[in-house]
Amino acid sequence: MTAPILALEGVKVAYGRALVLEIPSLDIQEGQILAVIGPNGAGKSTLLRLLGLLEVPTEGRVLFRGHPIPARADLLSLRRRMASVFQEPLLTDGTVEQNVSLGLRLRRANRAEVNRRLQEWMGTLGIRDLAKRRTRALSGGEAQRVSLARALVLEPEVLLLDEPFAALDPPTREGLLADLKAILCKTRITTILVTHDRDEALALGDQVAVMIDGRILQVDAPERVFVTPINEVVARFVGVETILPGHVRAVSDGLADVEVQGWTLQVAATLTPGERVLVCLRPEQITLFPQGGLPAASSARNQLRGRVIRHLPTGPTHRVTIDCGVLLVAAVTRQSWEELGLADGAEVVASFKATAPHVIHRA
Amino acid sequence: MELIWQGTKQAILLLVRGDPEVLGIALLSLKVSGTATLLSLLVGIPLGTSLALTRFPGRNIAMSLVNTGMGLPPVVVGLFVSIFLWRSGPLGLLELLYTPTAIVIAQLIIAAPIVTGLTMTAVQQLNPRLRLQLVGLGASRLQVVWLLLKEARLPLLAAVMAGFGAVISEIGASIMVGGNIYRQTRVLTTATVLETSKGNFDMAIALSLLLLLLTFAVNWALTWVQQRGRTP
Repeated sequence: MTAPILALEGVKVAYGRALVLEIPSLDIQEGQILAVIGPNGAGKSTLLRLLGLLEVPTEGRVLFRGHPIPARADLLSLRRRMASVFQEPLLTDGTVEQNVSLGLRLRRANRAEVNRRLQEWMGTLGIRDLAKRRTRALSGGEAQRVSLARALVLEPEVLLLDEPFAALDPPTREGLLADLKAILCKTRITTILVTHDRDEALALGDQVAVMIDGRILQVDAPERVFVTPINEVVARFVGVETILPGHVRAVSDGLADVEVQGWTLQVAATLTPGERVLVCLRPEQITLFPQGGLPAASSARNQLRGRVIRHLPTGPTHRVTIDCGVLLVAAVTRQSWEELGLADGAEVVASFKATAPHVIHRA
Repeated sequence: MELIWQGTKQAILLLVRGDPEVLGIALLSLKVSGTATLLSLLVGIPLGTSLALTRFPGRNIAMSLVNTGMGLPPVVVGLFVSIFLWRSGPLGLLELLYTPTAIVIAQLIIAAPIVTGLTMTAVQQLNPRLRLQLVGLGASRLQVVWLLLKEARLPLLAAVMAGFGAVISEIGASIMVGGNIYRQTRVLTTATVLETSKGNFDMAIALSLLLLLLTFAVNWALTWVQQRGRTP
């Protein structure tokens, strides 16, 4: 197997006495699109600066294609094989064309090559009509397209994206996200995307790293990170809202009885009796029925009676909190909410299948 | 009032006729202050840029010194340059006192902190992340500096104007190190003082008008460069 294109070994970054980043090891394979997600202040941007050779770690080393980066080396030639895009477009005063061609001119590319790539990438990003426009006259979305074009036109070996969509309004963001997805699928440029937005990570990443408090807690395929988070912290960050501590009472035929505050839940997981666990449920895995209105044919093994204590409309769904002795959070479509005649204080049955929960072992 | 009116009328006549003495003085002013400003750019822009972009112990003190230097009283500069260039002074051997070169040196010392200080501010008020972005696009250290200065050209040209404005209008240093010698070191400001003290108001007004005109012309040219391609 060839060496990863970028790797970190025993890296620590400290600013003064504060340790902001600690990553024992991280490999990024050629062609991989790694989405690093985590809350603000988790150290994601610091990680990106390390990988882009824009910052030197306090301890440990960065490897590019298997070669350690010497501490005081001339990094220019290596940096010129990468390109960064930040949350702000950070364009220079001048025309769109001048901005997109900037990196090529810095590399003293010949004019024919500059023009060829300029046309190609401005076309790909749909900004060819803006070529002569001054950057001060661009909208936020246009400016970010220019910023992306300015990086992609370099056809870098590594593309580093630091929250490139965070400042855009939702429709603009979705348009640009779709375009970037298509470009990355086609070119397979090794990409590291840093974002606090789970949807962006799911849309773009073929690997997702969850970073919290300067540490990478889990690196996995996106669906695995979101469905089977390794611990409670990751679970909470990836959107698991119901996390119930319990212990395993009995196991039979791959079904475990887990006791959670007076309820016995049936969970399809390989567990051993006596084990202490966390039962994790995403809102969309919980279905609500009015009291007594449960369809007889329901295959859901777990049915908990409770009362709606609050609901929060979020776009097409309501996030509904139910008190069943334990608190559950369910996502209910607006339509169901109305059809079922639900309201705060309503008596309901919350149900989920035995295969729905993800179980985390507790010490 | 009569005095001003008569003086102005005479002054305009002098200017229209192209009085060789007046023109000679104006030309020398332009040459001396222009040279001093250009030299102050060579010192001030690199110094201001490096103060803005590098971190080192004592940086704040260095910056405070520069900022203090922006208000350096010309007479103090004149005094110390005189002492240095005095026949028995450390640089007396060069025999520069009472030459246009001495005025250039004094004016350089006045303009350099102004250009340095304003360059420093100009570069510091750029988005700090722009520098990282330029490095991230593969700019070398020199390319980064060049691009940042280009980005800051609006306040940088203001620095040039402020530097030039300070020295063309300055009198204390010019008179002390230049000596206001007829046809040698007499510049617009020193000549104006002399003519006023002699009661030659027409000449003094002519010189003042020329000083204003010259300052305006230079600033107009710089403003034109500064505002090129900008829409409000």
